[in-house]
Amino acid sequence: MTAPSEPFVLNIGPQHPSTHGVFRLRVVMDGEVIRDLDMIVGYLHRSMEKLAEERTYTQNIPFTDRADYLAAMTGNLGLAVAVERMTGVQAPERAEYLRVIFAELQRIASHAMANGTLISDAGAWQTPLLYMFREREKILDLFEMTCGARLTTNYMRIGGVSFEPPPEFWPALQELLDELPARTEEYAQLLIDNEIFLSRTRNVGIISPEDAINASLSGPALRGSGVPWDLRKAEPYCVYDRFDFDVPVGKIGDVYDRFMVRMEEVKQSVRIIKQAVAQIPPGPHKNDIPLALRPEPGEIYSRVEGPRGEIGFYLVSDGSPAPYRFHLRSPALINLSLLRELGTGASLPDAVVTLGSIDIVLGEIDR
Amino acid sequence: MAAALPGIVVTSNDEWVEVAPDRVDEALRWLRDSADFDAAQLSNLTAVDRHDHFEVVYHLQSLDLNHQIAVKAMLSDHETPILPSAYPVYKGALLQEREVFDLMGIRFQGHPDLRRLFLWEGFPGHPLRKDWMGMAGTVPGLARFPYEDKAAPDRLMNTDNLTADGRHTGSQIAGGH
Repeated sequence: MTAPSEPFVLNIGPQHPSTHGVFRLRVVMDGEVIRDLDMIVGYLHRSMEKLAEERTYTQNIPFTDRADYLAAMTGNLGLAVAVERMTGVQAPERAEYLRVIFAELQRIASHAMANGTLISDAGAWQTPLLYMFREREKILDLFEMTCGARLTTNYMRIGGVSFEPPPEFWPALQELLDELPARTEEYAQLLIDNEIFLSRTRNVGIISPEDAINASLSGPALRGSGVPWDLRKAEPYCVYDRFDFDVPVGKIGDVYDRFMVRMEEVKQSVRIIKQAVAQIPPGPHKNDIPLALRPEPGEIYSRVEGPRGEIGFYLVSDGSPAPYRFHLRSPALINLSLLRELGTGASLPDAVVTLGSIDIVLGEIDR
Repeated sequence: MAAALPGIVVTSNDEWVEVAPDRVDEALRWLRDSADFDAAQLSNLTAVDRHDHFEVVYHLQSLDLNHQIAVKAMLSDHETPILPSAYPVYKGALLQEREVFDLMGIRFQGHPDLRRLFLWEGFPGHPLRKDWMGMAGTVPGLARFPYEDKAAPDRLMNTDNLTADGRHTGSQIAGGH
């Protein structure tokens, strides 16, 4: 005689540590195996795209802080670059270097957060996360020193950056750059050979390169599947074409590969920042531009490589100071396109680490 | 492209290709499979409300050839816009089409799971439409730059309590000290 069994519905979130924000999963379970999975988002929807239609381009920069609040700098940068491409406004050369330095610092901070929470999901509760926070904290201190804010930086401007870093910034940055490689090595020793970590992440949540491309994945989620696609190389913006760096890729596209791609990208970011610090020219940090820019009627789709992938801005101008249409392509949302396929048939703990490895930020998903 | 897809391509310029809205899925499939374009990835999908029609915009890219192609479909029916889903061609359209449906109210035929993404079922209207008037019709749509051509309103004074010559009517102030 067998025990009667029937599928049951399990609700995870919206308030749950493994959902990384206000994200809700509705899972149909058959024992430990997921039969179907539905994601419910929108708890953080603030209608940014509608609000943006009533504000000037410069007034919209703070929205990009609050979209991806773990990577405000790259969000700022995406909008600044898009409007500059649209209007022909140029940023001074020093500002372009400062942008690269801050965008790469932000990438390190965001990857530390992503990998730290992923390890938490895999069972190493909180300790590695707090280790990773140690470096992130120093980066946020550098942000605070420069622009007064740690999270919602509002630092990039159309035609430059808002502030020149203070003199004490440069020694603090150097100190951080000197110790980061040793820290990454330390995490590698702690985690990468750890039996439990390997068994939780290897061969879990495998995304084939064909699926990754077809499902519009970008960033570490795409590169983890072995596709060497990075907008910093493919269509360089700012001064990325002047730096020497590699694009790390994974082998089979499992959770472990996505984790390792982020670890490697931290090293590459350190390389880029070191070169930028060595090359940065003196000069102004901002060009004077009109307060209310009126781009010619037309449209642009411009993108930059954020920590989570392609941050795209689709801007339509009708000649007025505000965009007629303002669309932010959210890499975190689009990277979830495969979640249902990945989750169905997996066990619940595997689905949780898979979600963690995609690295979502709900502010950007819901906008 | 116009030669390979007779009747589908409407116009094209340097920036984008406009295709017939009812056959947009064929155009996307052809672009994805053609060796010259190799549009392997749907980078971005969104829509623009042009008051009398909708524009659905697809940004495609080739990772091997490193180029971008923008495809547009114009939907003249502003009340009930509908066009074929891109999901059978690109899985990446799954959530992006749900977002466009939610905020713009454009239906995608053949989408496996067309539900609202951010807003709840029963939400009145589609907020990114230009004629959206707010919840339950109580809040008028925000005018763009309402004070652009007018003098700034005096927010400090409540004119209800002022006499015709500008003095305050409050007796405790007028006869107080």
